[in-house]
Amino acid sequence: MLKQIHQAGPWLLARIEKLYSAAFTPAWNPFYHLGALTVFFFWVVVVSGIYVFLFFETSVTHAYESVEWLTHTQWYLGGVMRSLHRYASDAAVVTIGVHMLKEFVTGRYRGARWFSWFTGIPLLWMVFPLGITGYWLVWDQLAQYVAIATSELLDVLPIFSDPMARNFLTNESVSDRFFTLMAFLHLIGFPIFLLFGIWLHLLRISRPTVNPPLGLMIGSLAALTVLSLLWPALSQAPADFSQEATGIGFDWFYLLAYPLLDFGSPALMWLVLVGSSTLLCLLPWLPPRRRSPAAVVSLPDCNGCGRCVADCPYNAVSLAPRTDGMAYAEEAVVYAELCTACGICAGACPTATPLRRRSELVPGIDLPGLPIRSLRDWTLAAAVQPGGEPGASVLVYGCASGVNLAALRSSSVAVVELQCIAQLPPAFIDFVISRRHADGVFLLGCRECDCHFRFGVQWMDERLAGKRDPYLRARVPRERVATYWGGLVTETEIAGEINAFRARLHALGPYQPVPATQATDEVAP
Amino acid sequence: MTKTWARYAGQMAAYAAFIALLGYFATAPAYRPVDPEAAMIKLSFIHVGQRKVECRKMSPEEIALLPPNMRLTLDCPRERLPVLVELELDGKLLLRRELVASGLSRDRASSIYHKFVVAPGRHVVSARLRDSARREGFDYTRSTDIELKPRQNFVVDFRAEAGGFSFH
Repeated sequence: MLKQIHQAGPWLLARIEKLYSAAFTPAWNPFYHLGALTVFFFWVVVVSGIYVFLFFETSVTHAYESVEWLTHTQWYLGGVMRSLHRYASDAAVVTIGVHMLKEFVTGRYRGARWFSWFTGIPLLWMVFPLGITGYWLVWDQLAQYVAIATSELLDVLPIFSDPMARNFLTNESVSDRFFTLMAFLHLIGFPIFLLFGIWLHLLRISRPTVNPPLGLMIGSLAALTVLSLLWPALSQAPADFSQEATGIGFDWFYLLAYPLLDFGSPALMWLVLVGSSTLLCLLPWLPPRRRSPAAVVSLPDCNGCGRCVADCPYNAVSLAPRTDGMAYAEEAVVYAELCTACGICAGACPTATPLRRRSELVPGIDLPGLPIRSLRDWTLAAAVQPGGEPGASVLVYGCASGVNLAALRSSSVAVVELQCIAQLPPAFIDFVISRRHADGVFLLGCRECDCHFRFGVQWMDERLAGKRDPYLRARVPRERVATYWGGLVTETEIAGEINAFRARLHALGPYQPVPATQATDEVAP
Repeated sequence: MTKTWARYAGQMAAYAAFIALLGYFATAPAYRPVDPEAAMIKLSFIHVGQRKVECRKMSPEEIALLPPNMRLTLDCPRERLPVLVELELDGKLLLRRELVASGLSRDRASSIYHKFVVAPGRHVVSARLRDSARREGFDYTRSTDIELKPRQNFVVDFRAEAGGFSFH
């Protein structure tokens, strides 16, 4: 079942994302900024909530009136702020849901990534109470329902000696003090825990993106404002405990689980909530899977340059004082428990070059499961393609998170699979072209801005453009290098791109090497 | 140029779909936790039952054995009796429950919160409570005729200091 989800899910998601990329461009695609969009909506909620609170009266007798005044008398600002407060909260639930779904179907929750997934689950237990206590404060029919239902839910727990629901028996039994407690939880308690939770959630990833692109922020805020003007958030009839609240306008984003309480029991609702949360927490280990071995440092080949540290997407590599007496100040250290075995560190290592004239190719940092040495062997083996069309042979380097690369092989197209496209040191491109192992190199990776290992595509783009170490050397003719950041597109689509590239190579004619005097192949470790 | 406008149109469509989703499910479909044609009776109270063992006057010798700051004339075991409650509607027993006192030493109040969905109309509600050691009968009883409207919330509460059951 899980296998089918992990096969069909990414395929389906890739098609939806492709549509959004066509409309928004990959850089603004909301599917690539779900976490950051959630944080953005949180800030919209905070700012609009502060404004609403300025006019809000924290008392049973005046809360409803103050919200009504703000909604109707000051509709142009207060009403819009109230609506933004509600709709941004709902939007956050949507982005959280899609964010979780996406990470799940793409398998980005297992292995070393368990921490971000695991710490995301308690965030749900902060987000939902935050929203529910907010509805409580309006003190209308929905608040009445939420107050009674939530109290009945909590009364099942052996933490209160007296039933909390007794506070809502009659209109006279509701106290301002209880109301103040709810306001405190909504305004200070849950938001503080939520901020701490977000910090923890992002702790193990480098360069976390907490702000979506400006265009997406403006677009989302404009959309929510339009919704607020067209369909403002309104209170329902005031709370009246002499009558049961029913037929109420219901926020299904936050209150979806409440029917379990009414048509099942409080115990059933706890069972579902705690059970599903526990299952979600355990998901990274269900079923247990052997992790790929973490990157390892070869000290004699590491000069402590720090490029692997700068490129690691998961903070799994750092620099520490030198321990082997070599004349470098620092050395790379790998934290195996954080390593996703993406190989980006090896691709960033300046010693990972197939052009080295040494008996053994051992870079400063490497993946034991897919070492750079094997990469060179496979490159050499794959490049031998007798019978191919002269002048148009292509070597494809592709990441394992994309399409079935084997299907692309032909007499003129050789394929080498990598963990991530940024595992490929740019020197390999130079190696393939300058040594005439192929007429051109085709790099195939995840969708732009949605790399399975976060930064693989971005780092490779910057290396090719000479903006990030290690650079692709200037002597490499750029017209012989093509990139296609398509992710899970069809093999036919990629084959079409490769054929177009081959046609361009054919038109270029055979590669004319740069004179030896201009080339320096050796790179010192 | 056409491609750019197509992109903008695509974005507009995506945002429109998003806000339509938010706008609709933020309030709809309406939820009916209870039948709007039904009425509700809620029985709820917090009441401390009488002591399980009556207080006993201590002898001067027993008092002398106690530390000076803890000397009392009465020895009162903490444990409370369970409270028995019955609720009847039109002569039919809706609930009969023995409510054990809370607290590790069973020395605190007994409490209940229970609700019953009933048909609207004229009813006779009777409530009975026993908080003493008696074997038969009840210490508090009260009965009333009520006309329940749809959605009405009729509360049966109990406060010994106010004379027993109260109906709201």
